[in-house]
Amino acid sequence: MSEVVIYTIISLTGLGLIAAAILYFVATKFKVFEDPRIDQVEEALPLTNCGGCGHPGCRAFAEACVKADDLSDLHCPVGGNDTMQKVASILGMEVEERDKYVAVVRCAGSLEYRQKTSIYEGAPSCAVAASLYGGDTGCSYGCLYLGDCVKSCDFEAMYLDPVTGLPVVIEDKCVACNACVTSCPKDIMELWPQGRKNRKIFVACINEDKGGTAKKACEVACTGCSKCEKECKYDAITIENYLAYIDPEKCKLCRKCVDVCGSHSIHEINFPPRKLKEDAEEAGARGKREKRSAAASTDTAVLEAPPAENVDVVEMAKARRLKSREAKENNENNESE
Amino acid sequence: MSSQLLTVSPSPHIHQQQQTVSNLMFGVVIALTPAFIVSLVVFGVGAIKVTLAGVFFCMLFEYLISKYLLKKEANLADGSAIITGILLAFNLPANLPIWIIAIGSLVAIGLGKMAFGGLGNNPFNPAMVGRVFLLISFPVPMTSWPVAMESQWRLADGVTGATPMEIFKEGLEAGLPISEIMGQLPSYFTLFLGGQGGCIGEVSGLALFLGFLYMLYKKIITWHIPVSLLATVFALTGLFWMINPAQYADPVFQVITGGLLLGAFYMATDYVTSPMTSKGMLIYGVGIGVFTVVIRLWGSYPEGISFAILIMNGFVPLINKYVKPRRFGEVKPA
Amino acid sequence: MNAFLKDIKTFPLGGVHPQEYKLSADIPTEKLALPKMVSIPISQHIGVPAKPVVNARDKVKVGQVIAKNEGFVSTNIHASVSGMVTKIDRVLDSTGYKRDAIIIRVDGDEWLPEIDQTDEIKREISVESDEIVKKIAEAGIVGLGGATFPSHVKLAIPKGKKADCLIINGVECEPYLTSDHRIMLEKTEEVLVGTQILMKALKVEQCWIGIEINKADAIAALKKMCVQYPGIQVQPLKVHYPQGGEKQLIKAVLNREVPAGGLPIDVGVVVQNVGTAFAVYEAIQKNKPLIERVVTVTGKSVLKPSNLWVRIGTPVQELIDFVGGLPEDTGKIISGGPMMGKALNDTEIPVAKGTSGILIIPSEEAHRKPMKVCIRCSQCVGVCPMGLEPYLLMTLTQKELYERLEEDQVLNCIECGSCAYTCPSDRPILDYIRLGKKTVLSIIKERNNKK
Repeated sequence: MSEVVIYTIISLTGLGLIAAAILYFVATKFKVFEDPRIDQVEEALPLTNCGGCGHPGCRAFAEACVKADDLSDLHCPVGGNDTMQKVASILGMEVEERDKYVAVVRCAGSLEYRQKTSIYEGAPSCAVAASLYGGDTGCSYGCLYLGDCVKSCDFEAMYLDPVTGLPVVIEDKCVACNACVTSCPKDIMELWPQGRKNRKIFVACINEDKGGTAKKACEVACTGCSKCEKECKYDAITIENYLAYIDPEKCKLCRKCVDVCGSHSIHEINFPPRKLKEDAEEAGARGKREKRSAAASTDTAVLEAPPAENVDVVEMAKARRLKSREAKENNENNESE
Repeated sequence: MSSQLLTVSPSPHIHQQQQTVSNLMFGVVIALTPAFIVSLVVFGVGAIKVTLAGVFFCMLFEYLISKYLLKKEANLADGSAIITGILLAFNLPANLPIWIIAIGSLVAIGLGKMAFGGLGNNPFNPAMVGRVFLLISFPVPMTSWPVAMESQWRLADGVTGATPMEIFKEGLEAGLPISEIMGQLPSYFTLFLGGQGGCIGEVSGLALFLGFLYMLYKKIITWHIPVSLLATVFALTGLFWMINPAQYADPVFQVITGGLLLGAFYMATDYVTSPMTSKGMLIYGVGIGVFTVVIRLWGSYPEGISFAILIMNGFVPLINKYVKPRRFGEVKPA
Repeated sequence: MNAFLKDIKTFPLGGVHPQEYKLSADIPTEKLALPKMVSIPISQHIGVPAKPVVNARDKVKVGQVIAKNEGFVSTNIHASVSGMVTKIDRVLDSTGYKRDAIIIRVDGDEWLPEIDQTDEIKREISVESDEIVKKIAEAGIVGLGGATFPSHVKLAIPKGKKADCLIINGVECEPYLTSDHRIMLEKTEEVLVGTQILMKALKVEQCWIGIEINKADAIAALKKMCVQYPGIQVQPLKVHYPQGGEKQLIKAVLNREVPAGGLPIDVGVVVQNVGTAFAVYEAIQKNKPLIERVVTVTGKSVLKPSNLWVRIGTPVQELIDFVGGLPEDTGKIISGGPMMGKALNDTEIPVAKGTSGILIIPSEEAHRKPMKVCIRCSQCVGVCPMGLEPYLLMTLTQKELYERLEEDQVLNCIECGSCAYTCPSDRPILDYIRLGKKTVLSIIKERNNKK
């Protein structure tokens, strides 16, 4: 009996020793050298693996940081300057402070301002809808209301506003990881410098149609009327393809352009409320319904007449629809007879 | 035109009308009707009681779990809970107490299905999970079968007897020669028509076969799984029978008795837990066949199909990953 | 009648059989009156858009080139009417986006003098093989089955490849559509002459015309006529969607399988549509470029389903007016067939070279049923004619696993819609697969650019 015990102990110990030897041999033979700083850098990162830095995950970013000669091309938007400072100190390098960015929604064409022209019934995805057609409203540039950006956000920093249909960015949570920008098939999302006191002014429209066409499709479309361009003292506004764009680097946040914009397509964020009549306009721009109607009458005055060449097509369309209806009625009459 | 907006959606713009999820599910229910009628004749009230209890508890638990645990709309209309209930009941003896059925239903729906996220996500056949759970937890009531044609109209405590498979296995263990054991059993024809004791659903091979034909005709299932499964069982048991007819039963007996037909036609063909390609289905069927035979011939349980199905369910993701359909224009390796 | 039904072929893998509803099959073609205004998109084909060569206020005649091809995979666009170019502007077309188009105000019907407008059949083929391809390119002919791939590109056989036969696609497997059917019936001889021209261009001796047996009259007519045309045979095919797909058709007729990612020419075959054969006839024998085509205007609620000869650029509304106006309960207007066509969001969209039909669907049939969970019934795998796993491709797209999508051969998808048609859970399988395919294509392009 005791022999069995002894044999068992000996054989198992032997097996254990052999296994240990193999393990040791393999571990030394196939050892991969890894810079220990990669682990250190990785620990300093937020470990969200969002890909906002352009690398597939935090580990890859850490590797890139360790490999890089200087950190000027590398930035972790989630961790921001603090994190990059830490990374730089681990690696013994210098890093420049960078502005913080947040995502802005460059479309104000809410359900209220844009007439539906068709019913979309495909898969509930902006990408699918965009590859099918211009969208279920007259504006083929605007938001499709299906929320691919919201789905892409890993930080719960976006939601779809049930009233306007448009996505909303929660600035405190936004880390500027760029996910919404790449997910939007219409390129509505844009990363914007956070600005002094979080204030931002931007054109909430990307419609490049002619003024008349754009305005017909959406009440708050930028018509490219160039009033804001003339008003701006800092040359921050450029007009291209019937569309104004405010350069955030040049903009001094004076809010003059917001006042002159007849179609309320220039948005201001995080400014203190204005007084008196300006109040109404700002409210309008933010989409509050009751005050909007008062401003609407001035809108029509601002709106230029549609360019002459557009007229015939529009009118022909009308005439044809009328004709179609007549033809139908005639047919019905024939049937009843 | 101006009053009504046009709908825009990607192609295709038409959709077949014949098959919807609930249509498919109720097709299975219809296919199970003949077997239910036979069991009614054979076991009487007990069959109704157990089947109704199974369906009721499965639907109840599905409703409660999706409403209060998953917090989403309970979808009873798709009929999947009904099928789980029927199939679970069909795998139980007709004299099983109702509280055991309730536990079985809870395990089948809760553990077998809803724990994975509900219909479409469960890797294991819920009815089989429920049945195996009961078989292991309550071995005595689960294997005390009412004797066929004798206890139809009594609600409880009927005379209990053994299934042909049990008679066979016990006979072998007692060392009786095969011919003598066979002498205790009804003829194969009677067995096929519905003379065997056992679970509610496995009584009549003929009724199950009719249901199978119906499902084939309605294109609810394809032939791949049942045929490959039965052929494997037949071939394997036939092989052992030829090697040693004194030790092993003949393949016809193996195929028509026990839950094999029920399992092959209705359990193994469950959409959610079977492979997606026809090649995969063949592999799956053969796998179930092999495990069934192994358990029947050498296992401690007389019956093996439930375990075999659950084991093969575990292989399905692997089969789906590695067994691809024949691609059009695949370049054949020269 | 039964004699030709003996030898019916089809493709073996997958496929569905939607109800046919060929409402306009027995209705002869009619010419649609000239519209007042046409807008001719400069991109009506696969490839580079053509470049306009006219300016606003230019007078044009029917058949005049108004936009020139840009490079090889591109084609000319001709004026389909005579009149004055009013402007070149962005117009909503069947892609659902506004794109450049040449807008012409119609004035009379003045044709270029070199075009032969008579109906007389010219059987003699006097043009040489190389000349044919050149003339086809000049005439702006594209695949008229709906894919709109420039025909001269298909006819130019790459070096190292050799075509040994031609297949003329008269399958028309889409429900409702009958335009190819009518061409085969009414222009039987012209189609055969066109086919001979194509054979000459390709230097092949053999040609099959594949036709599904729901067009028995067309099969009979062509069979009777083709004895005079050596090398051309008619092949009856079972009604089986998507048999009109090139790869499926080749498999059905010749039992040759185009390798994955390959082209028909890899198995020595060129496929052309019947409509294309007719257009080739007109271009070569009559000097007439592609300026009009047959469009089936149909639908269950349409008063007068019709097959119309329509000038390219005519607004869809004109066609709808002709068939008795838009029915009150219209829910959807589709350009093309119900399986692969595109839903239109406006009736002002112009008819383009690839518009094979305008299908009007009443609102009760226009809506999709709500999507339910996948029950893994594997029906989609069974019906996929390319042997793919649609359910998997859909999930992979949703999860953005593009590498696995590529591995599982998403690029082989021909977008026939059989999977979504069959799905008992009404899942938008194809919507996602199409998206996945597009994304994978752009990833591959990016990868190739890097190299």
